[in-house]
Amino acid sequence: MIAEFGLAALWLAAALAGLQLLGGFAGLRPGGERLAALVRPAAVLQALLCALAFVALLWLFARTDLSVALVAKNSHSMKPLIFKLSGAWGNHEGSMLLWVSVMALAGGLIALIERRLPERTMLATLGAQAFVGLGFYAFLLVSSNPFERLPQPPAEGLGLNPLLQDIGLAMHPPTLYFGYVGLSVAFSFAVGALLTRQVTPEFAKVMRPWILGAWIFLTLGITAGSYWAYYELGWGGWWFWDPVENASLMPWLAATALLHSASVLAARDALRTWTILLGVVAFSMSMVGTFLVRSGILTSVHAFAVDPERGAFILALLAIYIGGALVLFTLRAGTIAEGERFAMLSREGALVVNNVALSAILGIVLLGTLYPLLTEAFDVRVSVGPPYFNPVGAIFFLPMLVVLAIGPLLRWRRDSFERVQKPVVAIAVVALAVLAGVHFIAGVALLPLLGMALAAAVAVGSVMPLAGRSLRRLPLAVWGMVIAHFGVAVALFGMAADTAFQQERLVAARVGETITDGPWTITLAAVEPVAGPNWTALEARLEASYKGGEVQLARPQARSFWTPPQETSEVALLTRWNGQLYAALGGEAEGERWQLRLWWKPFVTWIWYGGILIGLGGLLALIGRVASDLRRRSARAQIAVRRGEVAA
Amino acid sequence: MSWLRWALLAAVFAGLGLFAWQLSREKDEFVHSTMIGKPIPPFDLPAAVADRPGLSSRDLADGRPKLLNVFASWCVPCAAEAPNLARLEASGAEIVAVAIRDRPEDVAAFLERYGNPFTRIGKDDISAVQLSIGSSGVPETFVIDGKGVIRHQHIGDIRDGDVPVLLEKLREAGA
Repeated sequence: MIAEFGLAALWLAAALAGLQLLGGFAGLRPGGERLAALVRPAAVLQALLCALAFVALLWLFARTDLSVALVAKNSHSMKPLIFKLSGAWGNHEGSMLLWVSVMALAGGLIALIERRLPERTMLATLGAQAFVGLGFYAFLLVSSNPFERLPQPPAEGLGLNPLLQDIGLAMHPPTLYFGYVGLSVAFSFAVGALLTRQVTPEFAKVMRPWILGAWIFLTLGITAGSYWAYYELGWGGWWFWDPVENASLMPWLAATALLHSASVLAARDALRTWTILLGVVAFSMSMVGTFLVRSGILTSVHAFAVDPERGAFILALLAIYIGGALVLFTLRAGTIAEGERFAMLSREGALVVNNVALSAILGIVLLGTLYPLLTEAFDVRVSVGPPYFNPVGAIFFLPMLVVLAIGPLLRWRRDSFERVQKPVVAIAVVALAVLAGVHFIAGVALLPLLGMALAAAVAVGSVMPLAGRSLRRLPLAVWGMVIAHFGVAVALFGMAADTAFQQERLVAARVGETITDGPWTITLAAVEPVAGPNWTALEARLEASYKGGEVQLARPQARSFWTPPQETSEVALLTRWNGQLYAALGGEAEGERWQLRLWWKPFVTWIWYGGILIGLGGLLALIGRVASDLRRRSARAQIAVRRGEVAA
Repeated sequence: MSWLRWALLAAVFAGLGLFAWQLSREKDEFVHSTMIGKPIPPFDLPAAVADRPGLSSRDLADGRPKLLNVFASWCVPCAAEAPNLARLEASGAEIVAVAIRDRPEDVAAFLERYGNPFTRIGKDDISAVQLSIGSSGVPETFVIDGKGVIRHQHIGDIRDGDVPVLLEKLREAGA
């Protein structure tokens, strides 16, 4: 019964989305008020029904109801409860249901509380949200029904793969979907504003928390994904410009640009059409990313979840939403009134540079990712990697960092060189000192050298807005900006330092042999077989000492799983504040020697600390914005009450 | 500025068209060598087993066209194609081989078990020769003409139907 109940709830929710779409667009015409009045209730009810459907699926997984095809395929009665539950979204059908549920909840929340925009724009926004939702309902109900029953339930489920029982893997899809859904809300607001031609600062303020929320999830998702690739793949790298990584980076770049342009629109009523375009582009990039990962048209090191038929469905949705929104944009953009003007040397000017640079990097990454598809049309097979992405991306990334260091010091609308002369000179001196110091002491390659100098500049520049202000009274949003920008400096320093100073040793060592790698002295004490629940491994015992200090143990493993047969390398990491020793065990070499790969990676962990700081900055900004919105709302309510008293 | 918006729109639809076209066509997962039609790069590999000599690029330019089999004892499809290599040898093809990332005792045991159709076997421990001729995996079989020029590449194990094809390619190469 639960499965049928869930399916019925899903169909009803889809029907309500249809009603919401009709009502939203009826509201754009005179005489459509009666239908339009149904939009907000429909959105709220739709959210409740979707939540019910998702809870039904969770319940089926919790009870391991094997008469449901999805449960039988992906679960097992012996799994721990937490992995039974996460199994509900650890597959295509369940993850799509999670997506529509989060999206419906977001729509319901907007319908319930958002009253700041003109009602027509709100109706059009909720209509657009329903339009996007309907595509996913169709996808679910037509080709990926999560509640499908089996005619003959099996005695036991198939999903006991221990490789997939990982808390990180369980959290991965929800993190992504919260990000993508946030961008879909921004997309709906952009379409709504295009339809009614009402692009105002208020519109940007309403949209901003959703962008911020999405951006925080995407930031943390990329940071976690990068660390996962670093320790799990055993290659010692933290970014490979792999199509799947690029698929996650592109929405983030677009969202970052959107976040900043929305700030200009909110504060200064400028960049109106540009913000709308970015709203469309950001969601497009998350759809393109989903398409690239799920369709399998690009060959990637992590090819999984691939299905051409689903790819075709996502492509159709992509064409309808993105094509439709861009046609609308092309027709309407000329009719949206121009926003406020500003001088080039101003906060807005700096943010425009940021937007141009981020968009250019987005274009470069998009081109590099799709280039193999393009050349295949001419029967040429290429692979695009770091030799393209790093230098070409740097052309825009480095100037953007210069502006990032200085921009937050500038005033809105118009500023003068004289006013910002002192801090700018101070930042430049710091950057040049680091540049010269690193160059003469260490002599590193150009890109990491510039990276370190700019990291110093951004670090100094990012905390300067705090100077001369009362730290207790500073708005949370400013704190958020300072911390996020400082996080950029921290991450950049980690990247540059690791690239410049990492020391790699590839050795075939006998047991008892001692190897030096940078400041580390490492002795291969033993190689022993160890066994796990479904694997056996060779484990090396390495006794490592940093500059002759205390001996620490590192135990890298070369693991062999037997179901399915698979070889993996379990790296061992010794973490210090100033870097990590990264050890991987290869196979046996001739003469009782063991292949060992050792890397001393100075400051590599700062990359992920920086990523976490950026996300934390976003969170502070989000809390600050929402809190001040709520304060304003209650203040307005009080005023209304007082006025009422006066009138009475 | 409005032409810019139309250009953007056109680019987006071109991209969607590219996606649709890529999605609809059969995906070729093989990585084809770009060395076909070019002389084999110079190399000199030591012997992989005691009873066969090693292999150098000069051996491949001795006037007689040959098959060059890239294999490894740890590779299951290599064992599967052994009967067809034997058939090729029985049909008069001269077959030389490169053993990839292997140990002498393992290669010897493999040949003991599945037969040894090779006149020469070179030992390529770091895939140097394999990469230089544009082979991305095992097994692969190349047709080399008498002047040492790579004429044809067969990717994957040799199935029953591939035997006449390889013999024909050898004949075209001048056997």
